[in-house]
Amino acid sequence: MDDTILSLRGITRDFGPFRAVDDVSLDIERGSITGLIGPNGAGKTTLFNVLTGALEPTAGSVMLNGRDVTGLAPDHLFSAGLGRTFQIPRPFARMSVLENVMLAPGGQVGERLHGPFLQSASMHRQETTIRDRAIEVLDFVTLLPLADQAAGQISGGQMKLLELARVLMGDPQVILLDEPAAGVNPTLTKLLISKIEELNRQGRTFVIIEHDMDFVMQHCTPVIALAEGRVVFRGTPEEAQKDPLLLEAYLGAVAVD
Amino acid sequence: MIGVISYLVFFSTVAAILAIAVLGLNLQWGNTGLFNGGVVAFFGAGAYATLIFGGTPQEGQLGGFALPYPLALLGGMFVAGVMAWIVGILTLRLRHDYLAIATFGVAVAFENLMRNAEALAGGAQGLRGFERPLFDALGGGLAYNSLFLICVLVLLLAVYVFLERLIRSPFGRLLRAIREDETAARSLGKNPARIRLTSFITGSVIMGMSGGLYGTFYAFISPQDVLPILTFQIWAMLIVGGAGNNRGAVAGAFLIWGAWTASGWALSRFAPQEVQLYTGSVQFILIGFVIVGMLLWRPQGLFEEKLVVSQQGRTATKELQGDRR
Repeated sequence: MDDTILSLRGITRDFGPFRAVDDVSLDIERGSITGLIGPNGAGKTTLFNVLTGALEPTAGSVMLNGRDVTGLAPDHLFSAGLGRTFQIPRPFARMSVLENVMLAPGGQVGERLHGPFLQSASMHRQETTIRDRAIEVLDFVTLLPLADQAAGQISGGQMKLLELARVLMGDPQVILLDEPAAGVNPTLTKLLISKIEELNRQGRTFVIIEHDMDFVMQHCTPVIALAEGRVVFRGTPEEAQKDPLLLEAYLGAVAVD
Repeated sequence: MIGVISYLVFFSTVAAILAIAVLGLNLQWGNTGLFNGGVVAFFGAGAYATLIFGGTPQEGQLGGFALPYPLALLGGMFVAGVMAWIVGILTLRLRHDYLAIATFGVAVAFENLMRNAEALAGGAQGLRGFERPLFDALGGGLAYNSLFLICVLVLLLAVYVFLERLIRSPFGRLLRAIREDETAARSLGKNPARIRLTSFITGSVIMGMSGGLYGTFYAFISPQDVLPILTFQIWAMLIVGGAGNNRGAVAGAFLIWGAWTASGWALSRFAPQEVQLYTGSVQFILIGFVIVGMLLWRPQGLFEEKLVVSQQGRTATKELQGDRR
C-alpha cells in the first residue's frame, strides 16, 4: 500500500431514517491535497464532522497514522494531529487576532488555575515561545499587521486565514478545510491557495471541501466525489472532468449511456 | 459630621462586600459567559456557613463552632465552592438561558431550605450568635466599622489583583475563547467542560467570601438576605459597570448600591404616602429599568472590556469597540 495518513473504513452516519453518509471507505495519502466535492446534501460536511469528531459515526472506523481515532472528541483529535477550519468562520470575536492564535498550542501551564500563581516562571517562558511562534505564523498568513485587532472586526477572508493560522499553531499533520474559498475575494483566495501549497510542500496533508470547481481542478489531487452519501468518483482532476458519472452526480444531469 | 462619616463607612462596607460578589460574577459571566442566575445561593452558602463555623453555640441549632474568624470565612468559601461544584457538575451541559433558569432554581431552593431548616440555619428567624472579633476591644461603633471596612477593602483588592492576574494569563485567554465560541475552542484541542467548571467554582467561592463578610458584618443572616432581588442587584452592578472589566465591576457595585440606597431614601422622603408603602416594589422596578436600559443603550457597560493585546513581550490594552453579539 502507498503511504496512507488517514484511512476511513465503512463510515456510515444516519440521522434518524436518513442515511447522510453511506459506507464510505477512503484512504487519504500523506502529503496530498485531496479535494472533496459533491452537490449540496451529498454528505461532505457530515463526513467532515465525523472525521473531526463533531459527530460519531453510526458505523465504520477512522484511522489516523495507523491509530484508531473513531469517535474521539474534537479536542482529542486536534491533539492527535488533525486540524480543521469551519465553513462559516468561527473567530473568537472579542479577542485580539494574536490571542486567537496564541490560544491554540496544547499543554500550556498557564491554562490551569494555579498556573499564573504557582508556576509563573515557566508560564512566562512558555508565553514568550508561544508569542514568537504566533507572530511567525501570523506573518506567514499575512495577518501580522492585524495582530492587535479584534478578530470579529477583520474581513471574512481574513478570518479564514486566521483559522488556518490557529490550526497551524497545533502543528497538525492533516488539515481539513471546509470551503476555504467560499465568500472570499479572489485576491485572498489566491493568497490562501499559495499558503496551502507552501504548507503542502512542507509535508502537510490537506483535505478540502470546495464548491469552486476551478479551485478543486487546479489545486487538488486526487479529487473525490460524493453523491447521496457514497463515493462516486476518485481520480485526478483530468479524469474527473471526463467522468460521465461524476458529471451526472454533480450537475444532476440525466445519465447518458 | 460624625454621622455622615459613620454612614459613609457603613455604606462603603456594604458596597465593597457586594463588589466582591460582582467580581465573582464577572469571572463567570464577563469572562466565561456562564449565566449564573443564582448568585445569591453561593453568596448565601458563604454567609450561612461562615456564621455556622464562626458563631457561638445556639440552642437546638447546628454549628456554633466558634472558629477563629479567618478560618470561619475560609470555611464559608469552601462550602460555597462545594455547592458550586455540585451545581456545576449537574448543569455542565446547560448553556445560556437554560443555565440561568437552573441556577435561579437552585437559589430559590436554597432560600426555601434556609427558611425551613431550623436546626441547620435557624429557619425564618435566621442565624445569630456571631461574636464580632475585636468589637468590644474597640468599643464597637465607628472604630469597629472602620476596621472592618479596611479588612473588606484589603480583601476586595486581593480578589481584584487575583482576578486581573488570572484573566491576563493563558487561563483567562481560554475562558474568553470558551465564552466566544466553544465549538471552535474544542476544535483547537481545548476541553470546555473542565474549564467552565473551574471558572464556575472559582467565581462562586468569591461570592461565598462576599456572603461570609456580609453575614459577619451584620452578625446575622436570614432568608430575607438571600432573596432573588440580591441576584438582580449584583447583575445590575455588573451590567452597569461593564461585563468583562473588573474595574467596571467594582465601580458598578458602588454606583448601583448608591443608587439603591439613594432611591430608598428619596422615596421615603419625597414620595406621597401611598407610594411609600410600596418603596421596595418601586425600587425593584427601578433596578429592572436600569438593567434593561443599560442593555439597550450601552450594553458594554460604563467601563468597556479591554482587548488584551500583546506584542513583542509587552502587554498593553486597547479599547474593544462595539461589535457585541
